[in-house]
Amino acid sequence: MENSLKLFSKKGFYNTTIPDIAKAMKMSVGNMYNYFSSKEELAKYAIKYSTNILAAELREINQMDISSKEKVYLFVKNYFENVKNSPEVVEYFLRVYLSNREVFKEGCEGFLCVGEFVTEVMILLDEGAQNKEFREQDFFPAFAMIMGCLGGFAFLSGEAVLDKDLLEYSDPIADNIYRALKYEES
Amino acid sequence: MKSHKPTIVWYQAVTCNGNTHSLLSASSSRLELFLNSFDLIYHPSLTIDTTLDDILKLKDIDFLLVEGAITSDEKYYSINQNSTKNILEKLSQKAKYIISVGSCASYGGVHKKFEQNDDILGVEEIIDTKKYKNLKHEIVNLTGCPVHPEWILQTVFSLNSFSRMSLDDEKRPRELYSNLAHHGCTRNEYFEWKVEGDFGQKEGCLFYDQGCRGPMTHSSCNKILWNDVSSKTRAGMPCIGCTEKDFPRENMLETKKNIGIPLDVPLGIPKRAYLSITGVAKTFKIDRLNKKLMD
Repeated sequence: MENSLKLFSKKGFYNTTIPDIAKAMKMSVGNMYNYFSSKEELAKYAIKYSTNILAAELREINQMDISSKEKVYLFVKNYFENVKNSPEVVEYFLRVYLSNREVFKEGCEGFLCVGEFVTEVMILLDEGAQNKEFREQDFFPAFAMIMGCLGGFAFLSGEAVLDKDLLEYSDPIADNIYRALKYEES
Repeated sequence: MKSHKPTIVWYQAVTCNGNTHSLLSASSSRLELFLNSFDLIYHPSLTIDTTLDDILKLKDIDFLLVEGAITSDEKYYSINQNSTKNILEKLSQKAKYIISVGSCASYGGVHKKFEQNDDILGVEEIIDTKKYKNLKHEIVNLTGCPVHPEWILQTVFSLNSFSRMSLDDEKRPRELYSNLAHHGCTRNEYFEWKVEGDFGQKEGCLFYDQGCRGPMTHSSCNKILWNDVSSKTRAGMPCIGCTEKDFPRENMLETKKNIGIPLDVPLGIPKRAYLSITGVAKTFKIDRLNKKLMD
């Protein structure tokens, strides 16, 4: 699956063919169709697969007995490590899922294929607000603050325009996110 | 005062009279059957030829129905220079069955919120039932603000016929309180698909914004309908959880949320699972549920 993520991320959805993927997955084209009825179905499975990796990691962080601030720092570091070590996971999200919405229109509507990850972000925010570390606000601005920031930075990394190693930006980015979310005494 | 029918004494302590109003709103045929089957020998608002003093002279009572919270503080509340606790204790010595009618009698209810008096309690908290050998059954709590009239009638009929009722952990009859207010709610499809509604409207779910406690409140309001036709949620009023021990809560007509996520989720489902399911459900826009039922 990682190989198909790499191919999709590198060549784009439309330029990747089933024979390309079959070759990368070391199986015959016929056998591929035993698993996925079309390239679209494979792409939908791939988005679930890639975001579930991130969801599992964030769930582990959510279950730690640490402050929400520490969770944000850990999550950002974790996310950037993923971008660095398995760029295909995040790049697939940015370069295929977000750029080819028509492919995911049926069967991956809304949160349907990324639900597990969004749920973990909800848990992170909900617990932070409950223990008064995060201020009260609508969910989507808070969600976009985290994921917009991380996605944007992953994009900059993918474009190779950053001066320093990606992980060196982890704490300053986590700090920005935390400051945007943190509870303020009125 | 001699009677062949089981006697009922309705004792009112610290109350707004709401449960009495509820009783009087019972289905007329059921109320008639009740009055024909039992001898309501004393109710301060309904009977005229018996006083509380007369009742206190009686040797025994079959059913003691208590409406309102109880306090031992005479300065705060007294009847004939006697505290409501003292009178309750005297009546309890005579009764075979004690039924707390409404949330105030069950747990102290709204009166327990008064900061001026910290000695306001429910019946069960204030009397020691072990002292009363005459009692044939543990105290039954009929919670609700007010309690549904049919629940009162069903309880006295059941106890009279079978001498016992199965009670839950809060001492409420299981057959009346095992359901949630959510069961039978006509807005359930809106709940499933996360379509929010407005106060007083026929359409939409009242859980997401309006504070509805239907999915976490034990009650049969939507199963045994009020006046045989309706319920709060059916009429567009959120369930305020009046049958639960934490009633009355603050800001009952709004859903407490953290960053848009409900603080409390339906009973029996972990928050992570709930958020996962509802996040997906909200994805779907079902035209039928976003339209008015009638134009």
